[in-house]
This record gives sequence, structure tokens and C-alpha cells, in this order.
Amino acid sequence: MEVLKIATAGSVDDGKSTLIGRILYDTKSLTSDKLKAIEDKSEQLGYDYLDFSLATDGLMAEREQGITIDVAHIYFSTKKKSYIIADTPGHVEYTRNMVTGASTSQASIVLIDARKGVIEQTNRHFFINNLLRIKDVVVAINKMDLVDYSEEIYNKIKADFTELMNKRDYQDQKITFIPVSALKGDNVVNKSNEMPWYKGEALLEHLEQLDKKDIYNSGTPRFPVQYVIRPKTEEFHDYRGYAGKVYGGDLSVGDDIVVLPSQTKSKIKDIYFYNEKYKTASRRSSVTITLENDINVSRGDMIVKQNDLPTIDKQFTANVCWMDSEKLTTGGKYIVQHGVNKVLAKVDKINHKINPDYSGIEEGVSSLNINDIASVTFKLNKPVFYDQFKDHRTNGSFIIINTQTNNTVGAGFIQ
Amino acid sequence: MSKFQKKPKAIIKIMNKDTSDINSLENEAIYIMREVAAQFEKPVLLFSGGKDSITLVRLAVKAFYPAKVPFPLMHIDTGHNFPETIEFRDRLCKELGLELIVRNVQDSIDEGKVTEETGRYASRNMLQTTTLLDALEEFKFDAAIGGARRDEEKARAKERIFSVRDDFGQWDEKNQRPELFDMLNGEIGHGQNVRVFPISNWTELDVWSYIEKENIEIPSIYFAHKRKVFLRDGMIWSAEDDVVYRDDSEEVLEKMVRFRTVGDMSCTAAVLSDAETITKVVEEIRDSSISERGARIDDKRSEGAMEKRKQQGYF
Repeated sequence: MEVLKIATAGSVDDGKSTLIGRILYDTKSLTSDKLKAIEDKSEQLGYDYLDFSLATDGLMAEREQGITIDVAHIYFSTKKKSYIIADTPGHVEYTRNMVTGASTSQASIVLIDARKGVIEQTNRHFFINNLLRIKDVVVAINKMDLVDYSEEIYNKIKADFTELMNKRDYQDQKITFIPVSALKGDNVVNKSNEMPWYKGEALLEHLEQLDKKDIYNSGTPRFPVQYVIRPKTEEFHDYRGYAGKVYGGDLSVGDDIVVLPSQTKSKIKDIYFYNEKYKTASRRSSVTITLENDINVSRGDMIVKQNDLPTIDKQFTANVCWMDSEKLTTGGKYIVQHGVNKVLAKVDKINHKINPDYSGIEEGVSSLNINDIASVTFKLNKPVFYDQFKDHRTNGSFIIINTQTNNTVGAGFIQ
Repeated sequence: MSKFQKKPKAIIKIMNKDTSDINSLENEAIYIMREVAAQFEKPVLLFSGGKDSITLVRLAVKAFYPAKVPFPLMHIDTGHNFPETIEFRDRLCKELGLELIVRNVQDSIDEGKVTEETGRYASRNMLQTTTLLDALEEFKFDAAIGGARRDEEKARAKERIFSVRDDFGQWDEKNQRPELFDMLNGEIGHGQNVRVFPISNWTELDVWSYIEKENIEIPSIYFAHKRKVFLRDGMIWSAEDDVVYRDDSEEVLEKMVRFRTVGDMSCTAAVLSDAETITKVVEEIRDSSISERGARIDDKRSEGAMEKRKQQGYF
């Protein structure tokens, strides 16, 4: 069964948690004890309906405030697919969580409150989905029950959103509009009788028929070495295995490869997965590779095909999403973690800030605040082996680590 | 040849390109295991004898084959474990040649560091935290691998794969590191350590399916067996040992039961079952309507019980 990971985004009170709760309820994914807990809590709070948001709002603090404050993962499955929903908060100050949730998702749901229409937050959510090149975006226009299931309102919101779509960078993104009521269950799992004018699918029907698009599958094979396996036993006396995950494309026994940064050439001798040998290692598999020649390879090195080299450079420019309350400044020093490779990096220049509400760019900026998105050029103390994010999701992205606090303070998408 | 380890196979196989969910979860977990070994100086795998930690051992063996697993196992023994679990634990470690460290909650009680609970709902589950934190400090472990899954409980749904703890083992749920793509940031300062959850994205059914697919041996109490039990609060408790407090008014019955988790006996309830094989267990789980932690009394103590325990350093 295939897995589909979906990121959700919406503003406070757009009913995101209710939507997820509704999906869980209508797909009978809530177990009897969980359902009982929701019923009890709803009754205790004096609601005359079931508050499905209680199914997902995991932390006490947010239950008290009634809002979601971190990324929560929710699991359910149908006969066709296994789903993981990364429920990310919609407040302006939590853009970082949205970027995080979207980084591992194949599809995304952007929620709009039918009463409010396209607001600044919607622009931001859509911008991030586009920046992270999410292939399928569903725009769920929620709370249709509160606008008398009006086709006119739906069309107005659709037209406003289409204006945004024309400004996006990644034009191949597929966008689907669905009018829903999470509270009443219209067009969530089951088609609604209230909106005969809507001829499309219900939300879950749409997700069910999405093609499996492995977000990591784009590009050419890259094999970052994670760990060197040297058993030093009698049976495996001279064994030197390079453990890692295959990204982008397949690698096969006999492939002519080159090890970066040493540029040493060799051939793939064997591919192991546990105690079994394979002819080909498919994308996303965690395998161990041995090479024909006895060469020195260590963690952080990268094995690639000879005819398909990445860019090897001591600097790059990337779209950065800043995630820390301490500012990023020109000249600032950080650790850049690119895959499993860590290098020291210095901010050479903040080229311009990008307003995520599609209102343009700002030049002459010398620092970035939390949730800012900007084009930044870094100088590195060692060369890294990268691709552009648009060509290679994994090898085109990195995280930024603060050298003092060790926290992950930003993410970058190489241009 | 041991049941736990297979001989190398010489056949060349074709890898399934359309990796199913269980294969992709396995690949992800192996990747995480290797990141732990590469990024930390002294990792440890926390082993409870339960199906989740047995799955972790399997994944660790696969991740480093043909070398041996580069970190020890540690069991925090409440003293209230099912005897089947302990017997199983010792045999597993022996056959795989794994180093096992055991630290006892009883010692923490004897040293006066924790006080044993009394009464109907007395459990040593909470007391494990102190023993665990002391042991992490004793051995200076900087990473502890655990078998927690995000589908188990609402608070766990927000846990990271690398979860940083401070000197006091505390989890600051509001200040967690963002985890993007599959990059794991294991940088830590002095006194900090990291809890690692390689099977974070697995569901209970995934774990069972994996055990079935890999033909992994698990303790017998996971399968349906005849047991002396008594009923309380709609749950079924073992009456075979005197670990679980029982009123004289609570009648002892003999039932066919199995356990879905094998934590501390004092807080682990059984379910009625006739699933005597792994295939039947998987079928039963697929049809089941009570979530796994529904059979754990420690989560029912209050709304937010798990979150509170986690902040204090519990897994």
C-alpha cells in the first residue's frame, strides 16, 4: 500500500483540526476509546456537536488556548492508501513549522474560511507550498455551511486565488478547488447534497486518486556516505562497506562512479541490503555499497555516477527560510548541514528579502528575522556537492545550525 | 543457527522499485540508526522486551550488517516484568552477541530516590524515569534510542525523531528543533542528550506486519494463551502474580488472552483473544477498535498524562 504525506495549512479558526478530525471520523479511523474521549470532552465543554479538533490538538497548552501550536502527525488509512497528515499551524509566527511540514509532504491542503476569502495568510501558505515545490495543492474552501453553500462565494474565492496562481514561481503545480464544510461533513469524505453545482470530487476522493509522486525521486543518483562499515571479523576481513541512502535515481552493480571530493574513480562491486545482495539499489533504499578499488571514503563523501556530476563549489546562493528568534546577519557564521555533510558557512550577502504575500522583494537588507524568506549567498569552508532544489529536492536543500545553541535555525533551497 | 540471525545469502535479488509503506519505513529507520551511530559518541538502545524494542534491535542488526551493532542495549527493569519477557531478553542478547546493561527500579527505591506507589492503581511505570535518567548519566550516554511511535498518543504525535533533552532529561515541547526533509541535527551541548525514535512514523499495525514479514520472534505473552485474570474498570488484569493489586472481591477467572504491550505488569491490561499466531494477531489488530494505549492505565490517570510524564523525562 502506498503512503501519501499531506501538509495542511490554514489560519487560526479556519477549522483545520476539525477537518482532520472529520476525515478520521468519516473514514472510521477513530478508535472507540478515542471517540469516547472526544464525546466526553465535547459534552464537558458544553458543545452541541462533536469537537473533532480534540482528536488532533495534542498538547495541553494548545487545548487551553484552543489552537494548534506545533506540527502534529496524524495517521489513517483507507483500502487504497496510507495517509500521514502533517498538521501545521497557521499563525504568522509559525511559518517555520509550515515549511517543516511541507518539506516531507507530497501534497498539501490550503484552507480558506468561506466567510473571509483569500487573506494575507492564504498568500503566505500558498507561497510556501510553491517555494517547496509541492506537486499537488488542494484549496479547501471551508465553512460553506455558514455562507448558505453559495456558489457565487465559492467562485469569487476561486477567482481571487487564481490571481495568486499567476504570480507563482513553480507553474507546474497542480491546484484543485473543493468547497467543504468540515463541521457538517460536506465534500470531505462523502460528496455533499448541499452543493449540486459542484461537480468535482470530495476531498478524500481526490486524494485517493492522486498518483504516487515520490518527492525524493526527482533527479539523478546521489549517494551521500552516512557511515563506513568495517566488521573486522575473520569472515569479512577486508570488507569496507559504505552505508547510505540512495537519492534521485537507481545505482547498479558495475556502475562507473566517482567519489567526491577526492574525485577518485571506481566501480560498484556489490550492493547489500542486510545479508542479501542486490543488482540494483532503488531510490530511497538504505543500502551498503562496496567498491572495486580499495579507496579511502568517509562520512560526508558522496558517490555519484561519472557521467552525472553535481556542482562542486565552496559557495552557493539559496532561498532561505529563517526560523530563529536570533537574527541572521550578513557576515554571520553557521554550520550548514547539507544531507549528512556538515560545513562551516559564512553569510556573504543577503541579496534580497522575498515577501511571502507576493508583494515583491526588498533589497538592501542586512539581517533576517524569524519567518523571513530571502535569497542569501553563503561562503563555505569546504566544497559541497549540490544540485539546484528545482532539480533535486534532497541534494538541493540544507539546514542551518547555530554554532552556539546547536539549534536548527533555518532551511535553504539552493538556486 | 540462531532464530535471530540469518546466514548471508549469495543470491542476487532485484529490489522492488515501488517500495511499499513497510519497506519505506524500514529504509527510513535504518537511515536513522546509522545517523545515530555516526553523529553520537555513546549511543544506547533502550530495550524493554516489548515488540517495539525488539523491532528496533532487528533494524539495528540490519543497519550495520555484517558488523555488529555499535551500541549496547539497556533495560530499565521495573522488577514487575512478565517473566517471559526477561527470559526472552537474555536469550536475544546472547544469540545476537549484543551487550546488555540492566538497571533496576528496585535499586532506586532502596536508595530512597523514589517512593513506591501503593493502593489499587499502584504502578512502577512512573518510577522508571528516575532510574533511566540516572543510568544515562552513569554511562554518559549522549543518545538513547527508543521505540516510541507517533500514533500511540496525542503528545507523542508532536515528538521529533531526534528529540533533545536537557541536563534534567526534560522535554521542552514548545522549543523543538524543526526537522526538514530527512536531515537530522544531532549537535548537542555539554550535558544535553538526545532521544531518538527511529520508528516514529510506524503505526501499531506496521510493527505487527513487519514482525510477521521478517519472521521475528517475540515473547509468548503477545499470543493468545490461557491466563488467570480478573476484571476491573472494563479491563482485564493478570492475576497470576501478586504484582497487580487485587481486592478479594475481584473474582479470578481463567480466560484466553494476549497482551498488546508488555510494559510493567501493574499497568498493562490484557485483551480477550484467540490469536495464537502472528498472522491472526495482525488480522485482529486490523479489525480492532480499541487503540493500543487504551490498554495502558498510566495514560488514563488524567487528560495530558503522557505529556506530563514526557516533560519529566519519561519516554
